[in-house]
Amino acid sequence: MFVLEFEKPILALKSKIEELKRLQEDEKIVLTEEIKKLEKKSKELEITTCSNLSSWEKTQLSRHPLRPFSLDFIEKCTEGFIELHGDRQFRDDPSIVGGFCKIEGISFLVVGHQKGRNTTENLKRNFGMPHPEGYRKALRLMKLANKFRIPILTLIDTAGAYPGIGAEERGQSDAIAVNLREMAGFAVPIICIIMGEGGSGGALALGVGNRVLMFEHSIYSVITPEGCASILWRDGSMAREASKNLKYTAQDLLGFKIIDQIIPEPLGGSHNDPQKALYSMKEIILSNYKELAKLSGTELIEARYQKFRQIGEFVEAS
Amino acid sequence: MTSWFKRIAPKLIPGEKKKNIPAGVWIKCPECGETLYSKDLENNLKVCLNCTYHFRLTSEERIAQLTDHGSFHELFRGLTAQDPLKFVDSKKYKDRIKAAVSKTELEEAVTVGRCLINGHDTCLCVFNFRFMGGSMGSVVGEKITRAIEYSIDQGLPLVIVSASGGARMQEGVFSLMQMAKTSAALNRLDKARLPYISILTDPTTGGVSASFAILGDINIAEKGALIGFAGPRVIQQTIKQDLPKGFQRAEFLIEHGAVDMVVSRKELKSMVSRFFDMILQKENKLLA
Ligand SMILES: [Zn+2]
Repeated sequence: MFVLEFEKPILALKSKIEELKRLQEDEKIVLTEEIKKLEKKSKELEITTCSNLSSWEKTQLSRHPLRPFSLDFIEKCTEGFIELHGDRQFRDDPSIVGGFCKIEGISFLVVGHQKGRNTTENLKRNFGMPHPEGYRKALRLMKLANKFRIPILTLIDTAGAYPGIGAEERGQSDAIAVNLREMAGFAVPIICIIMGEGGSGGALALGVGNRVLMFEHSIYSVITPEGCASILWRDGSMAREASKNLKYTAQDLLGFKIIDQIIPEPLGGSHNDPQKALYSMKEIILSNYKELAKLSGTELIEARYQKFRQIGEFVEAS
Repeated sequence: MTSWFKRIAPKLIPGEKKKNIPAGVWIKCPECGETLYSKDLENNLKVCLNCTYHFRLTSEERIAQLTDHGSFHELFRGLTAQDPLKFVDSKKYKDRIKAAVSKTELEEAVTVGRCLINGHDTCLCVFNFRFMGGSMGSVVGEKITRAIEYSIDQGLPLVIVSASGGARMQEGVFSLMQMAKTSAALNRLDKARLPYISILTDPTTGGVSASFAILGDINIAEKGALIGFAGPRVIQQTIKQDLPKGFQRAEFLIEHGAVDMVVSRKELKSMVSRFFDMILQKENKLLA
């Protein structure tokens, strides 16, 4: 089992409760009061811990292998998914998945990063770190959606675009940049959701939407805290320090007005109840879609342009 | 010369005074080791007389080399970075900016202006790598976006000369979003059917290479420039192998199809104006 440091005291209490319950059952001793007390204590501890998570703890949660991934959403919340493959130029990149599906009867094009939960899956999915062909596949599918006037849903969850020789040879910069430019021009609603890790340009390449939403314990950053630490502190182990400085939690970004809404997670994180997290996500997607569906293609493009146009903090001398 | 230029008297180019290379100093070429007289080097556009190594230029030098004498008029001055993250590493971000301003005598890492390039009225953006590694924060993103919008508004061709390590970490996600902002503006420039020449110089990496810098109608790499998404050190640490010789250099990019041409500094200005001549002053009346 994958347990985070801050979860340990909570889990210790919970296992104590289980032990008492077992004791009560097996030895026929009445422990109701003790159990009640401990349950109250455990709940309180869980609430205080989870409402005071540090940016580093949120970083760990955002990378939790049992969080819902793109394919989990597709499986649990959509119907009739038709997966589409390939960029038509080089190969199919399994670190990005996409295709058409229906959510409550409404057709969507869904495209998202896909991480693996174990080594085998991760080797196949390249840890959710795409090569240029992944971004080009995403663009190809989004162009289809634009052509058929079907709304686009992007699911973002990557540490970043893969830094490798092949990726550079095949134009990683170009693949990302073209997506940024082209997403700005689609005449359909685009809803983007940061599922876990929103890592730099590799995340943004699916992120130019009319609505950008983040899960409660997700992050969205210009660089990983480890990368930032190794450049600015010249020490990768300063990642915690960097994570504090980078202000990249969902709560930070909502405060900066860079994202539109936070999707609540079950207490302690989506891994505790993925089904519940996905249900909230689906409801929020539909409510956002209903608002965007009122806008014309031109209005959607203009609204999206203005949304990104106004991001930036500077002072202008008069 | 357009009427616009008659109305506005050309101002002096702001930026670094000629103090990087004091006159009468000898400079060693990092490539071939030849000792060069600074005056000779300057007269040769800061290209090594022995091996043609291209030294990095300040934005002032680049503007002087690329534009018609006295034609550059700076736009969008007076934008100052904020510190929305209250970022502190070994130094405060605010202090880093102050230091960069006093070192370069520039306001920010990019200078924007309107100029003539062999007579072509052009909107020009030039990066200065010495200003915090040419990194893109909110001010750089805003100035590039305004330059693009200005090009559309005035019907001008656009030239951006990049030299940047990428997004500015100290402005976090605000910097990241400048990639989307500038690229979205280029979508509009596309629709306005105005030409954009991107000149990628040493070095152009990260969030700048993965946004406007690679999106030129034509991409020109200056000879020898390092250009790529991920930095070589990051790639090396990830794949745990030595990188091939010449990896991510301009010559590697042309071989892999990422740029249209590799051009030496001496040919740069004439290449820009030849391209504009070709597509802006066409006589294709029969097709009109
Ligand atoms: Zn030399």
